[in-house]
Amino acid sequence: MTWSEMEPLLEQACWDTLYMVGWSALIAVLGGLPLGVLLVLTDRGGVLQNVVVNKVVGQVVNIARSMPFIILMVALISFTRAIVGTTIGPEAAIVPLAIGAIPFYARLVETSVREVDGGLVEAVQSMGGSTWTVVRKVLLPESLPSLISSATTTVVALIGYSAMAGTVGAGGLGDLAVRYGYLRFETKLMWITVAILAVVIAIIQFAGDLAARGLSHRGRSSAAPRLVLLRRGGVSRAGKPAPEPERQDAPAEIETAEPTKVP
Amino acid sequence: MITTTDLTKVYRSRGREVTALDGVDLHVREGEVYGVVGQSGAGKSTLIRCVNLLERPTSGTVSVAGQDLTALAGRGRGAPPGGSWGSAGSALRQARSRIGMVFQHFNLLSSRTVRDNVELPLEILGVSGRERTRKALELLELVGLADKAKAYPAQLSGGQKQRVGVARALAGDPKVLLSDEATSALDPETTRSILQLLRDLNRQLGLTVLLITHEMDVVKTICDSAALMRDGRIVESGSVSELLATPGSELARELFPVGGVPSGEDRTVVDVTFQGEAATKPVISQLSRMYNIDISILGAAMDTVGGHQVGRMRIELPGRFEENVVPIGFLREQGLQVDVAAIADGPRANPTPLLKEGAK
Repeated sequence: MTWSEMEPLLEQACWDTLYMVGWSALIAVLGGLPLGVLLVLTDRGGVLQNVVVNKVVGQVVNIARSMPFIILMVALISFTRAIVGTTIGPEAAIVPLAIGAIPFYARLVETSVREVDGGLVEAVQSMGGSTWTVVRKVLLPESLPSLISSATTTVVALIGYSAMAGTVGAGGLGDLAVRYGYLRFETKLMWITVAILAVVIAIIQFAGDLAARGLSHRGRSSAAPRLVLLRRGGVSRAGKPAPEPERQDAPAEIETAEPTKVP
Repeated sequence: MITTTDLTKVYRSRGREVTALDGVDLHVREGEVYGVVGQSGAGKSTLIRCVNLLERPTSGTVSVAGQDLTALAGRGRGAPPGGSWGSAGSALRQARSRIGMVFQHFNLLSSRTVRDNVELPLEILGVSGRERTRKALELLELVGLADKAKAYPAQLSGGQKQRVGVARALAGDPKVLLSDEATSALDPETTRSILQLLRDLNRQLGLTVLLITHEMDVVKTICDSAALMRDGRIVESGSVSELLATPGSELARELFPVGGVPSGEDRTVVDVTFQGEAATKPVISQLSRMYNIDISILGAAMDTVGGHQVGRMRIELPGRFEENVVPIGFLREQGLQVDVAAIADGPRANPTPLLKEGAK
């Protein structure tokens, strides 16, 4: 297979992947975010403690997550038809991809939001803040860097899932690697596809980390995974006073120097 | 200003019941600084959280500025399991916004700048943008952090963070400020400056302050009144000078601890509390000259409380109590409060039972 033969195939596959993953990621974030927050709020000791709701939502999320993606796709066929009017092609793949990714992201959101210090919630409540205020002014902004990291993870996972979307004729890079590279022994094409995927994922991860890092003012490395090189740069400047808000080094020492809580 | 009646809080977890508050009656007068002291687990934190209903008491009532908060709808955190949907009702939220609260760990939002942190309560109150900024900068000026408005909390020192915490607590123009161990995470120097700030605010704005602490120094430095808590009950309470004038007061003893064991048998150990005018008179040397006795000082603690010099001293007189009735009488005549410590049955310092030889 020559490059001129491969090129249009690759181009089409790239666009298909981008299309499917883009839409399903957007839907997953929009759906997973409230679900994850709900899981935290209704949990024992939460602002809206409600064991029944928490257990039901938790179980639904667990079941959805335990479903192998390919089975989910088949199981959702009639639902997909009802929504997008077809069961084949990229549009049809978006539905199961999004449905599969919502619980995935919801669990990640739950973990991120749970990390937020309960004292902050209490502080806002003591100011007369409602539950909605707590969510909007505390839980989401404080966990934002972590939420972005989680979204990055979700997008990367979706790219992996999208390879299976080939079963409904949705195309995409993963599908190309399977059909041409594996089934037709076009080894060269397969490796090119894999290389493209690797580069795409590296770029997404880099962008996600950068965004998470830029939004974190915490002065601690807990929220988002940082790039080793960038971090090393930050550490070497420790000791000097921090001239910019983004600088993460000096205050970290103050944080850890505080005595632990004496209740 | 703040009154709690028969406040009780019982926590139930896994079938076990823990009584955190056991019938607490607290009365904080308007414009005073009231300190609640006690050891860890005495129920101080629960008490202060019950005052703005972050914890809903199991029974009893809380009223702040004449409003019965416990009667307001809604629930705080830690409501009984299976509680209903919906958090605090709007009436309760409104009442809370008029009570400022300062926390031990500051609880500032790391994602917001200092100014935005101070603006937060105003956002909740629905104050317009420009007015919020004006008010926030004014408050930062008040706590001496006007130059840090654009910084993030992670860039501030502990003392600065707590100043921001205080500024934030004042944003809603509260009449009452609750301070939950506000200085416990700070070093002594910073503690003093934060206490000074609270004192100034109390004077300038007529703010009523209820603070809980485990540091006696805090009470000594700024409190007008104090209460001692143990096992969910208030053991002693009253104004600091009243407490000092109460014979055998535990709080007085802890505020001004005087240690020291008698040097031998046949000695009378006397705890003398100086207050007001009497504190300025050289009574001990007068006593020594007048009765020609040798007095040893076993321990002493002097301090200035609310601008008055007060202190306690443990002195030792030679001879048994019966032989020292006259010198002790002299001390009482000088307007001092004298407690004769019963040390006879053991050399333990700081004996708990003091003979009820009260003054007056």
